[in-house]
Amino acid sequence: MTMPTRRSRNVSDRSDIAEHLATVPQRDEVLELGMWTFLSTEVLLFGGLILSYFVYRHADPQAFLAAGRETKIVIGTLNTALLLTSSFCVAAALRAAEHEQRRTTRALLGLAIVLGLTFLGLKSFEYIEEYREHLVPGVNFARAGENAHGIELFFIFYFVATLLHAVHVLCGIGVLAVFAALATATIARSRYVAGLRTAALYWHFVDLVWIFLFALIYLPGRSS
Amino acid sequence: MTGKNYVTEDYRLSSWFTTTDHKRIAILYFAALIFFFFVGGAAATIMRIELATPASDVVNADTYNRLFTMHGIIMVWFFLIPSIPNTLGNFIVPLMIGARDLAFPRLNLASWYLFMLGGSITLYAIFMGGIDTGWTLYTPFSTLYSNSYVSVAVAGIFVAGFSSILTGLNFIVTIHKLRAPGLTWYRLPLFIWSLYATSVILVLATPVLAITLVLLAAERLFGVGIFDPRIGGDPLLFQHLFWFYSHPAVYIMILPGMGVVNELISCYARKKIFGYRFVAWASLAIAGAGFLVWGHHMFVSGQSLTASLVFSFMSFVVAVPSAIKVFNWTATLRKGTLRFDAPMLYALGFVGLFTIGGLTGLFLACLAFDVYATDTYFVVAHFHYIMVGGMVTAYFGGLHYWWPKITGRMYPEYWARAAAILIFFGFNLTFFPQFILGVEGMPRRYHVYPAEFQVWNVLSSGGASILAAAYLLPMFYLGFSLFFGARAPANPWGATGLEWRTSSPPPRLNFEQQPVVTEEPYDYAHAPEPQRV
Amino acid sequence: MWRQWIPFWQEGVSPYGGDVDLLFAGLLVVSGFVLGLLLFLILLFCIRYRAGNDVDRERHEAKSWRWEIAWTAASLTAFFALFVWGAAVFLKIYRMPADDLTVFVVAQQWMWKVQHPGGQAEINALHIPINRPINLVMASQDVIHSFFIPVLRLKRDVVPGRYQSIEIEAKRPGRYHLFCAEYCGTDHARMLGEVVAMRPADYAAWLNQQAPSSPLAKQGGMLFRQLGCSGCHEGSSSVHAPRLEGLYGKPVPLADGSTVVADDKYLRDSILLPRSQIAAGYAPIMPSFEGRIDESQLLQLVAYIKSLATVKP
Repeated sequence: MTMPTRRSRNVSDRSDIAEHLATVPQRDEVLELGMWTFLSTEVLLFGGLILSYFVYRHADPQAFLAAGRETKIVIGTLNTALLLTSSFCVAAALRAAEHEQRRTTRALLGLAIVLGLTFLGLKSFEYIEEYREHLVPGVNFARAGENAHGIELFFIFYFVATLLHAVHVLCGIGVLAVFAALATATIARSRYVAGLRTAALYWHFVDLVWIFLFALIYLPGRSS
Repeated sequence: MTGKNYVTEDYRLSSWFTTTDHKRIAILYFAALIFFFFVGGAAATIMRIELATPASDVVNADTYNRLFTMHGIIMVWFFLIPSIPNTLGNFIVPLMIGARDLAFPRLNLASWYLFMLGGSITLYAIFMGGIDTGWTLYTPFSTLYSNSYVSVAVAGIFVAGFSSILTGLNFIVTIHKLRAPGLTWYRLPLFIWSLYATSVILVLATPVLAITLVLLAAERLFGVGIFDPRIGGDPLLFQHLFWFYSHPAVYIMILPGMGVVNELISCYARKKIFGYRFVAWASLAIAGAGFLVWGHHMFVSGQSLTASLVFSFMSFVVAVPSAIKVFNWTATLRKGTLRFDAPMLYALGFVGLFTIGGLTGLFLACLAFDVYATDTYFVVAHFHYIMVGGMVTAYFGGLHYWWPKITGRMYPEYWARAAAILIFFGFNLTFFPQFILGVEGMPRRYHVYPAEFQVWNVLSSGGASILAAAYLLPMFYLGFSLFFGARAPANPWGATGLEWRTSSPPPRLNFEQQPVVTEEPYDYAHAPEPQRV
Repeated sequence: MWRQWIPFWQEGVSPYGGDVDLLFAGLLVVSGFVLGLLLFLILLFCIRYRAGNDVDRERHEAKSWRWEIAWTAASLTAFFALFVWGAAVFLKIYRMPADDLTVFVVAQQWMWKVQHPGGQAEINALHIPINRPINLVMASQDVIHSFFIPVLRLKRDVVPGRYQSIEIEAKRPGRYHLFCAEYCGTDHARMLGEVVAMRPADYAAWLNQQAPSSPLAKQGGMLFRQLGCSGCHEGSSSVHAPRLEGLYGKPVPLADGSTVVADDKYLRDSILLPRSQIAAGYAPIMPSFEGRIDESQLLQLVAYIKSLATVKP
């Protein structure tokens, strides 16, 4: 993951381009291609997990439907709304940055961070509830009946996937925080914008992964 | 020696550990890799000593199992995968494309630290008692039955995987965006094409390994049964996930070697590689098709007949681009002006040994024969021919070829040729008998075996002792050359390629002036003559 | 007899062994040819075009693509032929076994346990009659093992959680190596066995000589009563449970609407994971026997239920 390049305080010399790069467009293209390449690795990372989910769902569809009904769709939906809104905030912040509206940028990024933290808070609450309901495999999982094994497999997937996603959200919050802090610094505008654009890409991707996970975790078994 | 170069620029040790200079990072990796090569090699040495007799007299079963696991894990993840990309690739790629550094220099340093962290964790697992699952970590043995440091070792591999991913990412962006003006894709040296293909695999395959290791560790640590047959989990799912990464991984390991061989053959035949475009696209074809063959490791596992048929067919398909390369290298020799310096000896050795390894791969792709030969020493011989006979040979060739550029010194030529020949001889004596063992039915991962297999094992162990000595030789004469070797000019071999247009060693930012490229690659008709130094 | 010209290749004794050997010979010939050609050309070029030799080096680069197409096409053709050949023999090796004589093998760390239908049990040995296809049903008690008989050119992984069924046949009497070919832990290298192929008369004599014990199915019947299965599945039980007479091999309608055939795997899963496939019309009340019986006992139960196939319910 590319960290924002905050090379120096002086804007006057060519410090807005690192010494190994030649031009501003090159710098921007390098950042963007780097982030897209990194996101492709993330697709494969979550892809492997989602593939395993589908293998077991195909093997025991009934159990996965039953397990889907045990998830907390209210929290899941709220979380989806929070993330979507935060993505909007980040996109708006990028636009504000492009127009040199530094305080607005900072405010919007701050709002996105708050929404992200709320997401993590709700997720923690959800985990605690699932612990109380004995749905944590390997810790206190207790379900009987014909679907017990399949439900346990579902919840293994659920915890691994959402924990992995939560780690990504946390990293994203960290990155956004850095950009929020730098919003009013005397860093060259084009460099800041280029960095924020890559950070925004990452945040949108994390949001997109959540949408997939939402569909696979919360929606099975709820059509009736 | 006039002017500063990347070595003399700053003599403080701390400057090496905080550097973002790709050349210094390459040296950091090189030092680490020498260490890991010897750790993995030490394991192999003890194994071969044990295997010289049918009985278990040097180590017991448990120790042997930990040794071959250690050998596999260290050699695959901590030597072969990073070898050419992180040493020669890191050093040469920016020079070769006329850039000042990689696209993300600090990410490059982070990659090295991640590699060292992963390596330290894995070494910790090994020295605390080791892991005995085989480098392939098959479940349910690794998750439910093994009494060894599986989770720790797996954590180390996981961390090192991120080093791989970031390296691949860095190369892809660098090759796309940092080429010198005039350096179009079809003017690039084939080493760059090969590393590009390698990087695509690094970036797309390694994450699948990461998630597989996460699932394996979760099952082991929390008793959650993803691959546990007792709660409906599937051990074969692990194999599919594992080999989906690990088969492309072998192409990560061989493509850079092929890339180096392109440079060596063209230089020492003083001729453009025959069929340049075919070779370039063959690298990408290998990378792409390499993702579609993983099931050939599972022909006897119980996967469906249809799956086996498809994977066998695709395995034959992926062999075609490799065959194309071998034919092209041979054709390049025709009407060239051949010199047999050490790098060329290594390159020719590569072509021969890789061909044998590749042809035996065809044997294994053939379904009915694979039923017999899989999990026997035939497979062991096959992959060692490619990995050691191919990749390590190419690595040594590239190391000698670019040694003047990297160190500013010439290595002693006659010692280098002697070592190359000794390595070739020791290698074949070690691994050819293993084909015979496989064909006779000796399974792999056995430290005790029926007495009828002994004679070939003794030959193999004898060869291994020669090979070990042969691998030590370069340590001595290359080390010697660092202090007493003749100073190298900018272009001792009279080679084409932008890296030869700057001093040996290069300055910190590689070029005094940004090069501009107007000529075709491997333009040996207009290249300077090699210099007798 | 021509096989003796392939170095280090002992002769096979399975019906398809000759086919595998021929395939191997073919692969050797093709590889030898390609390797020989390449080495010859490399050597030739190295000698002829050595720097300092005064020889014609005028370039002919323009026509390279013809060579490329030619050797690509040749490679593809040869490889496709090898693929088809290998696949054809492969299908012979793994064809569906005849159900004539079934022997059960349980692989566990670090031994092979064999159970004959007549109840004879052996460890690390497998006695079979020659010239008769045998259905080997294999299960693993713990981790993945692999059943490897080199002389039969046969190998098959034994994966826990499922049954593997392969057909073996030896054409000549003798004692042959059995190896475990999938790393399975500490004594993987010592998990050796012996396949003893005998003439039918000798085999019959050997069967009789074994320590008297009841046939597999009878042992399974005892287990059936011991574990309480008969309490629900037999006679005048008040519990509504599927009858097992005449069940084996027949289609079973399931609660979710699908149909499954009552084969070995179905029986095994029904005992270990009874809630996974509920028979239509029955409540999911059967307890699981997971952890209470091992693979050998499971095979006995399966053999018993199989023996009820011809009994009228």
